Amino acid sequence: MTPVTSPPRGHGAGEGVSGTPDPAARGRAADPEAERSLQAAFDAAVAADERIEPRDWMPDAYRSTLVRQIAQHAHSEIIGMQPEANWITRAPSLRRKAILMAKVQDEAGHGLYLYGAAETLGTGRDELLDKLHTGRQKYSSIFNYPTLTWADVGAIGWLVDGAAITNQVPLCRCSYGPYARAMVRICKEESFHQRQGYELLLALARGTEAQRAMAQDAVDRWWWPSLMMFGPPDDESAHSAQSMAWKIKRHSNDELRQRFVDICVPQAEALGLTLPDPELRWNEERGHWDFGAIDWQEFREVLKGNGPCNEQRLNQRRAAHENGAWVREAAAAHAAKQAARAAQGAASAPRTARS
Amino acid sequence: MTATAPQALATLPLADDALILSHRLGEWAGHAPVLEEEMALANIALDLLGQARALYAGLAEVLGGEDEIAFLREERAFRNCQLVEQPNGDFAHTMVRQLFFSAYQQPLYARLSPVLPLAAKAASETAYHRDHAEQWTLRLGDGTEESHARTQRAADALWRYTGELFQPVEGLDVAWQELAEEWHADIRDVFGRAGLTVPEGPSEGAWSAGAGRQGLHTEPFGRLLAEMQHLHRSHPGATW
Repeated sequence: MTPVTSPPRGHGAGEGVSGTPDPAARGRAADPEAERSLQAAFDAAVAADERIEPRDWMPDAYRSTLVRQIAQHAHSEIIGMQPEANWITRAPSLRRKAILMAKVQDEAGHGLYLYGAAETLGTGRDELLDKLHTGRQKYSSIFNYPTLTWADVGAIGWLVDGAAITNQVPLCRCSYGPYARAMVRICKEESFHQRQGYELLLALARGTEAQRAMAQDAVDRWWWPSLMMFGPPDDESAHSAQSMAWKIKRHSNDELRQRFVDICVPQAEALGLTLPDPELRWNEERGHWDFGAIDWQEFREVLKGNGPCNEQRLNQRRAAHENGAWVREAAAAHAAKQAARAAQGAASAPRTARS
Repeated sequence: MTATAPQALATLPLADDALILSHRLGEWAGHAPVLEEEMALANIALDLLGQARALYAGLAEVLGGEDEIAFLREERAFRNCQLVEQPNGDFAHTMVRQLFFSAYQQPLYARLSPVLPLAAKAASETAYHRDHAEQWTLRLGDGTEESHARTQRAADALWRYTGELFQPVEGLDVAWQELAEEWHADIRDVFGRAGLTVPEGPSEGAWSAGAGRQGLHTEPFGRLLAEMQHLHRSHPGATW
């Protein structure tokens, strides 16, 4: 996607004297009159489907909403590595091992793009990681479920990545440029992962009786949590309306959930697996699949921290960070020493030349 | 490689080295000290796995398909050196292991490139692995007191597994002595710049009479294989 170049709306209005972007100041304008005109320019840009870029003026709430959403997305990528990495050392063929390692690596890469996108809004990776580690920011609740068998790797690819793509494809048109562009790349890779997951399940479904049972069991466990990935129903969704007005979000939770169900039903049929919902039936009038009621109590419990793996996931993340502290300190110390040596070398160089 | 008896299996040690080190590096996923290292370690693991698979493909006539070779052989049939099967330890341990191995694998592949189709590509991949390990050895050796101590400890612990690298592999026409000298010079240079001491003492482990290349491995290797092979072996004849 080519970035939509927009005129530098309000460029400089809230920046430091030097012209260096000061994220804290950029959301404010000097006086109410200027603020109104910046707001008007921003609103016009959003209405015209232009991209808002890092140096453009934007409302504080728009900035903080984006940081919260992008951070949560980035955290989901890096926490999401865990349930799948759980199977790297046990992958049953070398081909599957290579695919799985590459997938988990892609997730780390997605984390990097997304932390980078958040950084363009003035919030650095360290700060966001700290919020994750201290429980002040969340990640997608789906990763609080365990991967108990090899088939779970396929179910995650097919259903979890499938739901993520349904959620994320519209984000490629999100009003904030860096996020939209990161999403283009992420969605391409995610759709690859989704096909690989489907293909993994297909191999199991066409395999031995034990393999087929493994695949069905995984789908039974991942189906409902995947539907919960779209978030609470529209009438209970706290941030939806404003995000839609800002074109950060383009479709409602329920709309996207329905789209996902409609995509999955024929795919499950092609796999020869059943979806664990006796109320699934085609509704001619709506032109959509009807589905049963979601257990929102379970969703709230997992969100609150009471899922099967909440503690385990966060503990592993914290441990990786804490165990890596001496490595990061060493890298910083080495860089500082190198800089000092270079400075010393530069200072002593003329003397050497004279002598 | 011609398909005469010892020569037919000449590349098996290289393939097993690559597979087993790739497996060890895969254990880091989700545990690395920074996100950039999640990427780097996975990259190296994927390169090594790719090398192993390409080499196994060349052994198919003698040993069967790649999964049969990887998942159905017993411990004694693996020809990897003991260095690559050593557990990851901390990040310094993993990086020193990588430096020791890549500084061996890179010039070895370079020498084999005229006779081994995969070797030229692999030599350029492993040059990156060596460079990555060198950069970290320099950072960790020079960084803080703690990182220096950890890195020195790793070098001292892993040194005994380095002698085996230069035992001639039957069927591979390589000047092993020259390779060993080149390797020692390389390690001395990196360690010198990192402020680390090149360990003294034996460079071969308890199983110095051949060891990994002859199928004698260390205790952690059995558990590695148990984990790696368990699922595949639990479903005999299944395809994945």
